[in-house]
Amino acid sequence: MTATTLVSEKASPRAAGAARGRRSRRRARTVALLFVFPALLLLGALVVYPVLFSVGRSFFDASGTRFVGGDNYTEMFRDPATLKAIRNTTIWVVVAPALLTGLGLILAVLVEKVRWATAFKLLLFMPMAVSFLAAGIIFRLAYDEDPDKGVLDAAVVSVHDAFAGTSSYPTARARDGQGLTPGRDGSYLTGADLSPGHTVTLGLVGVLPKDLPKGASPAYPAAARKAGADEVRGVVYLDFTPGGGGKQGRVDPKESGLPGMKVQALRDGKPVASTTTGSDGSFRFSGLDRGSYTVKLPASNFAPPYQGISWLGPTLVTPAIIGAYLWIWTGFAMVLIGAGLAALPRDALEAARMDGANEWQIFRRITVPLLAPVLTVVFVTLVINVMKVFDLVYIIAPGPVQEDATVLATQMWLVSFGGGNNQGLGSALGVLLLLLVIPAMVLNVRRFRRSQR
Amino acid sequence: MNSAMNAVRRGLGNGLVQAFLVVIGLVWLTPLAGLFVSSLRSAQDTAKGGWWTALASPGQLSFDNYSALLKNSGMTQAFWNTVLISVPATTLVVVIAALAGYAFAWLDFPGREPLFLLVVALLVVPVQIGLLPVAKLFGQLGLFGTIPGVVLFHVAYGLPFAVFLLRNYFAEMPKEMLEAARMDGGSEWRIFTRLVLPVGRPAIASLAIFQFLWVWNDMLVALLFADSSSQPLTVELQSQIRQFGSNIDVLAPGAFLSLIVPVVVFFAFQRHFVQGVMAGSVK
Repeated sequence: MTATTLVSEKASPRAAGAARGRRSRRRARTVALLFVFPALLLLGALVVYPVLFSVGRSFFDASGTRFVGGDNYTEMFRDPATLKAIRNTTIWVVVAPALLTGLGLILAVLVEKVRWATAFKLLLFMPMAVSFLAAGIIFRLAYDEDPDKGVLDAAVVSVHDAFAGTSSYPTARARDGQGLTPGRDGSYLTGADLSPGHTVTLGLVGVLPKDLPKGASPAYPAAARKAGADEVRGVVYLDFTPGGGGKQGRVDPKESGLPGMKVQALRDGKPVASTTTGSDGSFRFSGLDRGSYTVKLPASNFAPPYQGISWLGPTLVTPAIIGAYLWIWTGFAMVLIGAGLAALPRDALEAARMDGANEWQIFRRITVPLLAPVLTVVFVTLVINVMKVFDLVYIIAPGPVQEDATVLATQMWLVSFGGGNNQGLGSALGVLLLLLVIPAMVLNVRRFRRSQR
Repeated sequence: MNSAMNAVRRGLGNGLVQAFLVVIGLVWLTPLAGLFVSSLRSAQDTAKGGWWTALASPGQLSFDNYSALLKNSGMTQAFWNTVLISVPATTLVVVIAALAGYAFAWLDFPGREPLFLLVVALLVVPVQIGLLPVAKLFGQLGLFGTIPGVVLFHVAYGLPFAVFLLRNYFAEMPKEMLEAARMDGGSEWRIFTRLVLPVGRPAIASLAIFQFLWVWNDMLVALLFADSSSQPLTVELQSQIRQFGSNIDVLAPGAFLSLIVPVVVFFAFQRHFVQGVMAGSVK
């Protein structure tokens, strides 16, 4: 009795305390819910609901009135445009993350060896701050096909010309019936009856006097020179007298030689000697056996100038855009991998060095295996980002090439909003994008749960 | 002898490494330099030859394109729209995510665990999937084509990462610190503003920079949700890209104007910037 009273006496303040505790706990919960409410409202209305809506919408037709089951999904793999997008996205996913991780790794290792590592990292990371739009404009400029506008083609053309040489006379041609006949490949040939001791004059037209190379001099004196017994001599000249008065097919005193012209001597159709004309257009083949020869001006003299590479043409547009993507993301890969590198155990590397391992062995056998977790994170992150690439493709690919460059995200945009107006198929493409990132989603959730244990 | 040869070889190797990195650095700098030099040339000069020819005749370079840009009402409007979208979208994400992050880390409410797992799952949801449904929703609410609509979309899609980042950062705070504050009878609001926010400043800074950058640089969201009076710089420039080649005197300075703000932010807040981008790259 007493005990119960005691208990009840004791219990009553405790009950009051519990009630107060319950009340304060309820209050605390209300406060907590107020704290999370704005976030949950926005996430629910603008992220979760749209995902569910899109999944549902993807089973309806373009206008949204008729249920079509999985038709949009089969259509996706039948329609050539979406199929192209799937193919291109696959190329992106296969190529870009691997290249970026590799490049990032190489640069991260190398940059440790120089004193200006920080400046280099800053420079390469900076494009991460630049919008895809601005990067797109930057690379539209750089990739311009015209070597007089695009810096890349300007570089390619100058390298090409340095090695392959330029053709000096793209516009030159021979008049009919003046001793030179056009070959099938764009070259010019004389008759096959030149024997040593002959001098030939090869007149061309179609070169504007202002386009003549500097230092070109009149061909007249050279044309008069006699060939030795084992020589074939000649001049290649511009059969045009400035101011008029010259005679066709003859080297008139004021007519200029065409320097730098490649000339070949053929015997039985095979080249036996070749040379280049001098400043007065003269050439000379000496030490020839007796027999009959043909003189040929090869087609390379008349080839149109090399125009560089059509970066943004249908075949190269995707690799070109991936190049722009590398410009943006390499710094990211390098800095992240560099951070992993800094965390490597120094003693493992030192021990290997002491054992006489060279840098390559250390890189291959120690650095890379130890970095594997970081490399995986970089790679996965890049895969997720690459799958959603949109702006860069949308900006860099010129209008007519847009369909050759299309990826899932741009195709989804085109189909839903950009003229296609098929929101059923558009939603299905959106869902496909979501499905592609689900492994990453699962990975994130799992990693988080593990970290909480 | 041997060690001397090794030293020579190492020196040579180091020289090669330096040369290689210098080349890479130049390759990285050239496209940007090309844009900048192009932005300083008149349309006539651009038509005549590549931007590198201007390096030989710097007389062609002038800021005329920029002053023309400042007189172009479409461009200036678009620039202000970019500010009016980025600043609120960043502020709102920081505030809303800080509140939610604190609740997820330290407050007790039903469904806390599963809701946070949902947030983690939403980290990688592509923006694309929200475009169509949200466009319909905004159409009904009268938000379509307005700045608040663009801002709300950015806030919603910025939240998963923001809540994730801040919750994890706040969860690292020592428990005793919070308990002491609660013992002193501080309300949760007071604890949040006086204790949690100051402690979380580094994470908040990284988040703010990342979110600002994300929104400032966005084109896709604004392309759909903004109309011609509310469109930011990226969309304004994008609308002129069809005439590419003939309007480089407008596009190049416009693009430079649009990238100079984030690049300045980058150099001013390098550390937070790199951390923010690193943490947010899953987005």
